[in-house]
Amino acid sequence: MTTTASTPGDAAAAASPPTESRRERLTGLAQQQGGVAVLVLVVVLASVFSHGFADTGNFQSILVGNAYTSLLALGMTFVIITGGIDLSVGSVFALGGVLAAWGSLHGGLAVGLLLPLAVSGAIGLIQGLLVSRARLAPFIVTLAGLLFARGLLQAISDEGSTTYLVPRDSAFVALGHGALVPIGTAVVLFVLGGVLLTRTRFGQALFALGGSENAAMLMGLPVTRTKTLVYVLSGTLAGLAGALNAARLQSGVTNIGVGYELTAIAAVVIGGTLLTGGAGSVAGTAAGVLLLAVIQNLIGVHLSKYGSSASDLANGVFLALVVLVQTTLARARRLS
Amino acid sequence: MAQRQPADPAQLVLDVRSVSKSFPGVRALRGVDFGVRPGEVHALVGENGAGKSTLIKVVTGVYQVDEGEVRLDGRPVAFGSPLEAQDAGISTIYQEINLIPLMSVARNLFLNREPSRFGVIDSARMKREAYEILRGYGVDVNPSRPLRSLGLGAQQMVAIARAVQIDARVVIMDEPTSSLETREVETLFRVIRRLRDQGIAIVYVSHRLDELYEICDRVTIMRDGETVHVDEMARVDRLQLIALMLGRDLTDVRQHGATAFAADHDVAGEPVVRAHELHRAHQLDKVSVDLRPGEVVGLGGLLGSGRSETARAIAGALPLDGGSVAVGGVPLRRHSTAAAIRAGVVMLPEDRKSDGIIPNLSVRENIVLAALPRISRAGLVDKGKQDEIVEFFFERLRIKASSPAQKVGELSGGNQQKVMLARWLCLNPKALLLDEPTRGIDVGAKAEVQSLIDELAKEGLAVMLISSDLEELIEGSDRIVVLKEGRMVAELTGDAVSQGALMTALAEGDPSPTAGDGAQA
Repeated sequence: MTTTASTPGDAAAAASPPTESRRERLTGLAQQQGGVAVLVLVVVLASVFSHGFADTGNFQSILVGNAYTSLLALGMTFVIITGGIDLSVGSVFALGGVLAAWGSLHGGLAVGLLLPLAVSGAIGLIQGLLVSRARLAPFIVTLAGLLFARGLLQAISDEGSTTYLVPRDSAFVALGHGALVPIGTAVVLFVLGGVLLTRTRFGQALFALGGSENAAMLMGLPVTRTKTLVYVLSGTLAGLAGALNAARLQSGVTNIGVGYELTAIAAVVIGGTLLTGGAGSVAGTAAGVLLLAVIQNLIGVHLSKYGSSASDLANGVFLALVVLVQTTLARARRLS
Repeated sequence: MAQRQPADPAQLVLDVRSVSKSFPGVRALRGVDFGVRPGEVHALVGENGAGKSTLIKVVTGVYQVDEGEVRLDGRPVAFGSPLEAQDAGISTIYQEINLIPLMSVARNLFLNREPSRFGVIDSARMKREAYEILRGYGVDVNPSRPLRSLGLGAQQMVAIARAVQIDARVVIMDEPTSSLETREVETLFRVIRRLRDQGIAIVYVSHRLDELYEICDRVTIMRDGETVHVDEMARVDRLQLIALMLGRDLTDVRQHGATAFAADHDVAGEPVVRAHELHRAHQLDKVSVDLRPGEVVGLGGLLGSGRSETARAIAGALPLDGGSVAVGGVPLRRHSTAAAIRAGVVMLPEDRKSDGIIPNLSVRENIVLAALPRISRAGLVDKGKQDEIVEFFFERLRIKASSPAQKVGELSGGNQQKVMLARWLCLNPKALLLDEPTRGIDVGAKAEVQSLIDELAKEGLAVMLISSDLEELIEGSDRIVVLKEGRMVAELTGDAVSQGALMTALAEGDPSPTAGDGAQA
């Protein structure tokens, strides 16, 4: 998806500016698209060696299973590019789902969709203001947000004992129906996210902010506003993902979403976005999400007989390996 | 035609009128006047603490004024942020380049004003325009490259191009040449002249006198937060300029008895520290200094002349491109602070807040910090020895604290400085490098620190003294090495250690051995 990183190949560009050296381009590509490369490699190897992997049904279940949670990683990409972090998305995701189920039960489609968006957006706004205006550390602010959103969820679901069910005849159900809707929604949002990041002033401001906040301020960028908005965006996306997921499950599951923020961060980092901010891409995040999903799928098939502890172990080792390769590539690039 | 005040204030594009600005404990600006006409290059000069940076920050909306007003095109303005100042047409190029290194050249150039259609950035057009614009500044690079892959000079040009792109009518350049090569300086001057001819006003801040005389039309000299002189650049000669900056009357060069230093010391024996041809790009150019036991060597020079860099190089705190430091005849094999300290060379840094004291630790802990490895046995600190050392220096340096257990952060500046001294003295150093040891401490404590320096030299320590306070430098030093733009331009010894000689050296000393350069003065 949205690979807008390099577009100078056209005739106009060829006329004037000197082009990058071949080596410069290759190493740059390796760092930015390392996640994509590893993804392709793993998919090819798995298709050859793992029975039943290369199957339309299997692919579809991987994509559908991760379509909505991938939106958490999308929002996280924006936040991490500014040099921040959003730990609240897992809780907000769960809260969004419960609110959507409750809303669709009492007010149909509109309420079922708008209520979670409004609440999650508001949580994001408060977090953003605390980070940008009160200058608190994003880690602490969103950790508080994680606890708050989870607490709110417990409060409206009687300590998690009440599970609101989406009415089967509600138009809301259609949002999670089948394979096409979830996959399509995710693809469209990722493409829009890519355009937002690389082709708008807001997106450029995110990079500038993460690259050097002081310089961004002195260059006259709207630092406070951008910082606030990025948390609103992340929160809203998490709420939307929760709502859509509830439509798919046809209920507001209360114990969902624990630790999803960490999976999202892992996907973003695997996708080549620097945790220190200032560099990253939506395409990379997409690759990161898919890579983690494929690994999860493979572990589920081959290691399930050893239980979930084995899959967690393998996941941990794999994440460390990917990040190691990533950093090595990034360093090699910096040296060249 | 060279009146002190411009005849017609309406023609000033930027007009700062009796502006004052205070920070807790400091009055940074006291009724400053500063006026810039369209189409002129206006030099803004002054020593450290004169208020230049504060003035710039007031004009560009980083700070707000306490009193007075800033007018742009005759209209009073009050900028709440750098963005507002930029929108009004005031751009600033800061000394350390304030761009985003990871972003591409084109994106840096156009950040926040990208050419776009329906809110979507037209990146092909942006790259094309960036390439064209930068070529006009002598930078011929692929605009898709990350900014950090460019040389510092080219980065500076991108910053300037960006500043001018936003329809600037006033461009403020703060030490724009500090990281440029000669060739790049020429390009910069070409650009400045072009801008000037377009009617843009340029405020040029620099300590390089040659540059000021080459490029500037008028000059405003600041000192201690006040405007002390405004004139045509050509009507102020170098000596006068220096005298005004430093606040010395030309006829009153003979000064005496203002500091607590005693007479010169008896200097005996071989140098304990020999710094030979210290070299670092843009900062030091083959500087050689010897320090002898019992001698105080002063380093003279204006801000940015390489004084602190020389001290830091000798103390191993500045990476070098060339040159060597020998202590007691033995060259230091590794260039690091640890090696220098082991050999007996210690430095009191200029900024004790950020580089020296640890405010939340006690006086005792701050003193023994550096000595810990020596007074430990098997990794455990010998408490008795520690107390012994602390008590000795507490008395010796007359540190005024309620007890050695008091936090250093609660002490006065002068006493913090003494704690720093104590920390290094308990290592029994051979040479002591002092960078502005009395800056920011009160008069009484200043005199005490000065007499301490004197006593230490008498006891056989080799001392290097850096000070912006001319009296302190002249009366405290037995010998003064004068630096200019990272080069040694003069060495004053014996009777030649005087204000007149020092100022002449600062003004006339020619740092470039090849250029004739008489034409400008």
